Amino acid sequence: MSVRRGNGPGLRRSMFAAPYGLWMLIFTMAPIFIIVFYAFTIGGKPTLENFKLFLEPEFVGILTFSLWLAFLCTVICLVFGYPTALFLASRDLKRSAMMAVLFVIPMWMNFLLRTYAWMSLLEDTGLINRFLTFIGVGRKKLMYTENAVLFGLVYNFLPFMIFPIYSVLKRSDLHLEEAAQDLGANGWQVFLKVTLPLSLPGVVSGVSMVFMPAVTTFVIPRLLGGGSFMMFGDLIENQFLTTGDWNFGSALSLIMMALILISLGFLNNANPEGEEGALW
Amino acid sequence: MKKNIAFMLIALLLCAPAASYAAQEVNVYNWEDYIADDVLALFEQETGIRVNYMRFTTNEDMLVQVRADPTNYDVIFPSDYIIERLISEDLLDTLDYENIPNAANLMDWLKAPSYDPAGEHSVPYMWGTVGILYNTSMVSEPVDSWAVLWDTAYENNVFMMDSIRDTIGVAMKLLGYSINERSQEALDLVKDKLIEQKRAGIVKAYQVDETKDKMIAGEAALAVMWSGDAAYAMSYNEDLAYVVPKEGSNVWVDGMCIPKGARNKENAERFIDFLCRPDIALINFEEIWYSTPNAGTVAMLDEETLADETIFPTDETIARCEFFKDIAADIQRYNRVWLAVKSAR
Repeated sequence: MSVRRGNGPGLRRSMFAAPYGLWMLIFTMAPIFIIVFYAFTIGGKPTLENFKLFLEPEFVGILTFSLWLAFLCTVICLVFGYPTALFLASRDLKRSAMMAVLFVIPMWMNFLLRTYAWMSLLEDTGLINRFLTFIGVGRKKLMYTENAVLFGLVYNFLPFMIFPIYSVLKRSDLHLEEAAQDLGANGWQVFLKVTLPLSLPGVVSGVSMVFMPAVTTFVIPRLLGGGSFMMFGDLIENQFLTTGDWNFGSALSLIMMALILISLGFLNNANPEGEEGALW
Repeated sequence: MKKNIAFMLIALLLCAPAASYAAQEVNVYNWEDYIADDVLALFEQETGIRVNYMRFTTNEDMLVQVRADPTNYDVIFPSDYIIERLISEDLLDTLDYENIPNAANLMDWLKAPSYDPAGEHSVPYMWGTVGILYNTSMVSEPVDSWAVLWDTAYENNVFMMDSIRDTIGVAMKLLGYSINERSQEALDLVKDKLIEQKRAGIVKAYQVDETKDKMIAGEAALAVMWSGDAAYAMSYNEDLAYVVPKEGSNVWVDGMCIPKGARNKENAERFIDFLCRPDIALINFEEIWYSTPNAGTVAMLDEETLADETIFPTDETIARCEFFKDIAADIQRYNRVWLAVKSAR
């Protein structure tokens, strides 16, 4: 049987979308409507109280802290990730596919397991401190700090920065760089005027793939920060699991979603070609 | 053909739950690290009832889950004040003591506790206190007051509990209030006190289940802890000691309850009865080190264990402790304090 494009009987293209459409309807659209309902009601009555409550300084403080930490994490991932992607994508690198696989392998382990492993490395009686004591430097406070949380985020999300950039660079047309060189551009000029602009779609999707999970994360800061650094994800979890205030929790989730949508829109505008990155 | 496939799918969907109903099972929702695995295996062996075992970390977490759908659980293990809450929300079924003959082994003072005066909704599982576990190789002075947790000499050396009532309760006691105080004035003072402690860099972390292993490893000098976890840690590290501070503390009982609408009530009662059997309670006691409310089990213990004041606090200690009481809707005001403390930097 062949696939027809017309309106005649038989298979139609729109039918292929049906399974996912149904999935979306049940598992994406319906929950969002439920969240919106809870966010704008208390005890079933419509109200804006939940959003007003959010304006209290401690809640705004938690949000700004999360945004700041996620921003730092994204910047660090970009600083480390971009050169790594350039290295992996360079034409003269032998076995670059295998190198790329080596970067993915750690991700096959559950991130909780990896974070627990870091805990036993970083704690006061952990391996790193034992080594520092042994060579006479003495114990350093490595765990339960803001830097430990930041480190945990960067460690877990770095691959999400490297791979979108890597795959865009890998696909880009080598001849463009050669042409730039033929026309007299030096190495830096080629990078700034050709390679970098071409890789922007990858950077954009890398940034959103790191920033979004970083700003909503809640397990990593609890483990590496010892419950002392509350992030927005922790706050939402607290509303649902500790106080059982689904209304306020839903309002917080909506605020989070709105922020993510705004930052995505901003990122898409920053993408000059309008071309989507490899993973989005 | 299409119809046939759809029919088969529906049939499959219907079969899956039916199959699991056919086998006898009991859904147990208990605290993390709060039972000996052998006990579950023995129960399955003896009765042929499969145990679906689920875990929670704090009472508040559990309460939210049970409220969301009480029928998901057949046996739950809430503490005293949460039992009070569950009773007032009419979420607990009445127990049929005909099916729990071993409950007769319980100590008399726990048969009609204040949180469940008729004893018809809960059977005590374990009891204990909240106190300070400290490492004598790192703390030279005698520890007898909550104030030691605010001593800057122990900067970055104190584990607090990531549990709203326990941690606010500690600060309440230090300030001379009851652990059930609800006035905004007291709450504000507690908030300042806990933030002061955090900003001074004394608190190493707020956590619950991880603390005992970290204390065994010597990660910190002092920790707020439940007595059973303390006794467990002390059995692995001889330098550790436990004290219930002089200002008083919390004495608690965790009960076994059956939520209204539980799918396997009979199995639930068999499970509760099983845990009340003195020999089974002994296996649990020797694994998790909380005080057993089972007189039959206590009779099997040797002198040395009975003299251990961490596990069996003296009457004098219990006299300065109080039960948590349900604070109903005021939990929201408590939570604001808690969030302010947790997010303070």
